[in-house]
Amino acid sequence: MALRELSSLEKYLGLKKPNKYSTQGDKKVPVLQNNNGPPLLGLATIACHLAKEAKRPELLGDTAESRAVVQQWLEYRVTKLDSCTKEDIKFILKDLNLYLQDKVYLAGNRFTVADTLMYYGIHPLIVDLAIQEKEQYVNVTRWFDHIQHYPGVRHHLPPVVVLKNRIYTSRHH
Amino acid sequence: MELFVSEGNPHCLKVLAALEVTGVQCSVQYVNHEERVVPFLSRPTLPALLLPTGLHLFSSNAICRYLFEVSGQECSEFCNQWLEWEATDLQPALLQALYMAVLQGKGSEVSTVLQGPLKFLDQSLSKGGMPYLTGEAVSVADVVLWAALYPVLSDSSQALGEHKSVNGWFDRVASIHSCLSAAQKVLQGKGLQGMKSYMQRQPAPQSSQGRNTQPCNCNPIEGEEGERAFSEEELEAAILNWSKGLSTSPLATDRQHPILPQEGKRNILVTSALPYVNNVPHLGNIIGCVLSADVFSRYGRLRGWNLLFVCGTDEYGTATENKAREEGLTPQLICDKYHAVHSSIYKWFQIDFDFFGRTTTEKQTEIAQDIFWRLHKNGFLVEDTVEQLRCEQCQRFLADRFVEGICPHCKYPEARGDQCDKCGRLINAVELREPQCKVCRQTPVIRSSKHLFLDLPKLETQLEQWLEKSTSTGDWTTNAKQITRSWLRDGLKPRCITRDLLWGTPVPHPDFKEKVFYVWFDAPIGYLSITANYTDEWEKWWKNPHQVELYNFMAKDNVPFHSVVFPCSLLGAQDNYTLVSHLVATEYLNYEDTKFSKSRGVGVFGDMAKDTGIPADVWRFYLLYVRPEGQDSAFSWADMALKNNSELLNNLGNFINRAGMFVTKFFEGYVPVMELQQEDKKLLALVGWELQQYIQLMDKVKIRDALKHILNISRHGNQYIQVNEPWKNIKGGDTERQRAGTVTGVSVNIACLLSVMLMPYMPEVSQTIRNQLNAPQSCVSTMLQDNGTFVCSLCAGHRIGTVSPLFQKLEADQIEALKKRFGGQQTPQSTASTQPAAVPAPAAAVEVVTVNGVDPEKAKQLTQAVAEQGDKVRALKAQNAEKTVITAEVAKLLDLKKQLALAEGKSPEPAPQKGKKKK
Repeated sequence: MALRELSSLEKYLGLKKPNKYSTQGDKKVPVLQNNNGPPLLGLATIACHLAKEAKRPELLGDTAESRAVVQQWLEYRVTKLDSCTKEDIKFILKDLNLYLQDKVYLAGNRFTVADTLMYYGIHPLIVDLAIQEKEQYVNVTRWFDHIQHYPGVRHHLPPVVVLKNRIYTSRHH
Repeated sequence: MELFVSEGNPHCLKVLAALEVTGVQCSVQYVNHEERVVPFLSRPTLPALLLPTGLHLFSSNAICRYLFEVSGQECSEFCNQWLEWEATDLQPALLQALYMAVLQGKGSEVSTVLQGPLKFLDQSLSKGGMPYLTGEAVSVADVVLWAALYPVLSDSSQALGEHKSVNGWFDRVASIHSCLSAAQKVLQGKGLQGMKSYMQRQPAPQSSQGRNTQPCNCNPIEGEEGERAFSEEELEAAILNWSKGLSTSPLATDRQHPILPQEGKRNILVTSALPYVNNVPHLGNIIGCVLSADVFSRYGRLRGWNLLFVCGTDEYGTATENKAREEGLTPQLICDKYHAVHSSIYKWFQIDFDFFGRTTTEKQTEIAQDIFWRLHKNGFLVEDTVEQLRCEQCQRFLADRFVEGICPHCKYPEARGDQCDKCGRLINAVELREPQCKVCRQTPVIRSSKHLFLDLPKLETQLEQWLEKSTSTGDWTTNAKQITRSWLRDGLKPRCITRDLLWGTPVPHPDFKEKVFYVWFDAPIGYLSITANYTDEWEKWWKNPHQVELYNFMAKDNVPFHSVVFPCSLLGAQDNYTLVSHLVATEYLNYEDTKFSKSRGVGVFGDMAKDTGIPADVWRFYLLYVRPEGQDSAFSWADMALKNNSELLNNLGNFINRAGMFVTKFFEGYVPVMELQQEDKKLLALVGWELQQYIQLMDKVKIRDALKHILNISRHGNQYIQVNEPWKNIKGGDTERQRAGTVTGVSVNIACLLSVMLMPYMPEVSQTIRNQLNAPQSCVSTMLQDNGTFVCSLCAGHRIGTVSPLFQKLEADQIEALKKRFGGQQTPQSTASTQPAAVPAPAAAVEVVTVNGVDPEKAKQLTQAVAEQGDKVRALKAQNAEKTVITAEVAKLLDLKKQLALAEGKSPEPAPQKGKKKK
């Protein structure tokens, strides 16, 4: 799975010659075989490496702050999201929904690697949502739909249908 | 910029170290663990850094990275790699290690958990050949990893093995003054214990087997890769089982009382700790003993074991005498009253005792006195004088709870003679300051009184020999073995077996004729006397160690009495008694985040469970699902609703209902012909494997773990239906229709298997499923024989019954109401309710409201009543009940609503229907 993400990311970045990957351990942690040095380990680490290789450093954030935010969401992806239990899903979606209330992308106003990897990671959760739930997490859905239509991102994943007009009127309280 | 941290939080250690090392200017604020600093996160998360832009960083690694970057040190790729490894690999292991060391006192197992990550770190350091992780200078990676490991590596009591490179690196970083000073700030020099309050607020880490909660965020492709692969032989074996059909041998399904040991059978005697009579049992008591023992007994009977399950109320002791005085009754009447309460609660929970007795019987006196004389004759009793308080006015010695005074430790004015309720310390009654007789309020005097002691030291060698054999051959839970071992390690002392009381089994010795047996000596003898009240041939169970295996179920606080003290009584009596072979002890069940408390009205007690409107089987399911097996667990309303809705409704119930509905709708109620393909065979093998796991675990009394395998089977089933889409195939050509038939047939047979496996857990639901499927009785015993065989018990052409939904959704508002109701300060009506099940809750609440006018308290009760009546009506409608019945209940509901409006001071007009209107 992680390898497919990396190959999709490579395509998005327009890297010409594909890198060689393998996986390690039970959790299938991706490993990048590097010709000029020791191998690199870990999805987030390799993703950052690829962005640098493609000379697109802005994808990792353009200020110290946004760089920290990007790294924070990459970590969130490989820890919280990748090991979430059924019970966690609700919290993850709720928190993310609140976070994205006033943001276009995870790191504010610019698309970054964090959006890509979070999109890949959250895809299986979104697929399982009912339409009503998608409306409940409206900011997540908006962000998700935006990223899946971002040129060159989606690649290996099937598109998720998002309805633009609400079909459930807001609930009474 | 502002940094928020809390004391004792290991992640805060990282950021404070980074802050000191980099020297970045930033104010630091210490807050509580519970403080929600980050506005968009629903769970409290610390540390957090408020950035100048107003955004919060909530990951400790990202904060460290940021601090390093603003001080001019950017993070290299290898730094990235270490930080990622720390978050994904090291942290989960550390969390588990700290959890064990700080909360579970299992410091010795820490090294096992951390072995992998430490080895990896050690190898990387020695291979790199550099002083720090990424080179010659300290980087953010060094600070983060050092701080993460500091709590365990600095603790001298943790022998973590020889990791030379790690140790060298650790000391190198520790020599940076700012790192150590950060550690001092967070842990306050208390070492691991400094993190206790933080760790207590963390969710229990997933066990290393990952059996409890599996990450569900794996896509189907990965799921398939991880699937169990079966060899051709295994598939063949599964098919062979499948086609075996039901066994034709007649079954002994009806129990013939009295049940007695039989030659050539597995004879099993099951006891559950005797509940103390003057308390209404709470959910923790129920899961700890009677419910666990019940599930195992039901399972054992299905396995064809010759099994007897006995229990009863423990009725003697000072608590009963006090209660009798409070209620103005005799102790015997108190016991009669509460014995009935207990009986009815267990009946409601469907606890299937073979006999539920009590300890205040003649048989008890007879057997206890016999054991006493034998101990006396064999020289295992010694005499000693004890200083005791005596009330001259009442003419008696004041045992335990008959005296109150000021606690010598904490000065609490109402400390009892055996324990202080405020500081929890054990007290010797003579130590109390200003003691008072609880009855007449006179000041007692100190007198010495002669007592008898069981000479445990003299029996120690015998006990140890027996223990070694029993614990190595039987299934003792780990906690039972540990508690027993620690008692023996501390050395045994003589224990007093007599008491200056009236309410107890009289001591037959003429020198002690004013005294009774102390309850701890007397109560376990109740197991024998209760069996004797069940059958005159009780000795065939209790003096027959060669034929009988004895299982004792209890909560862990009861272990020493069953593993040390009572066996010593029986060993010393030397009459070939049956001693415990399998001691099964649970940990504690908490209520939400606190303890059950009768006096504060916190928690759900046995008699209230039925008033919630939630069926007994759902209670059983949830309690067993969270059974404190191996570690403490907690009852939580929200979790109960979640498990009901996700596991029972959406998983188990959904699968069984779909399977049945397909037979009804597509095949006119007859099980279709099945032509097994490779995929079906794989499923049979998989289900068969889960069944075998279930049997292995149940045989070892791992009740909670076994339940997971039942739920796995219905998950496999749901997936199978989802992939094969019989509802589509049925509309296709002959091949497709054939396929739909096979999938339906296999599914409905899995449903039948599930009903059998569920029987010990949810007896009523299990029976309902078999009724709906019209399943033959013999399916029950056939499938649970030997290692477990999944046979086709509903063959092609079998006619099933009427299928209907098994479970109901628990709604959020309903659960919220229950949570409030049982969260403390319960209304006296519900707390004191000891009435049998016949009185429905809403009716009881209506009686309270007799006057008109505004009354918030009554309004509250009525709101509850309205909600419950509403649920009842909904339930009836869902079951398609008779129209007249529904109309009657709706009328009641409207009446309640009217009363509610009055109590709230509104005009009693029906409220407009909410939520139905479309905009």
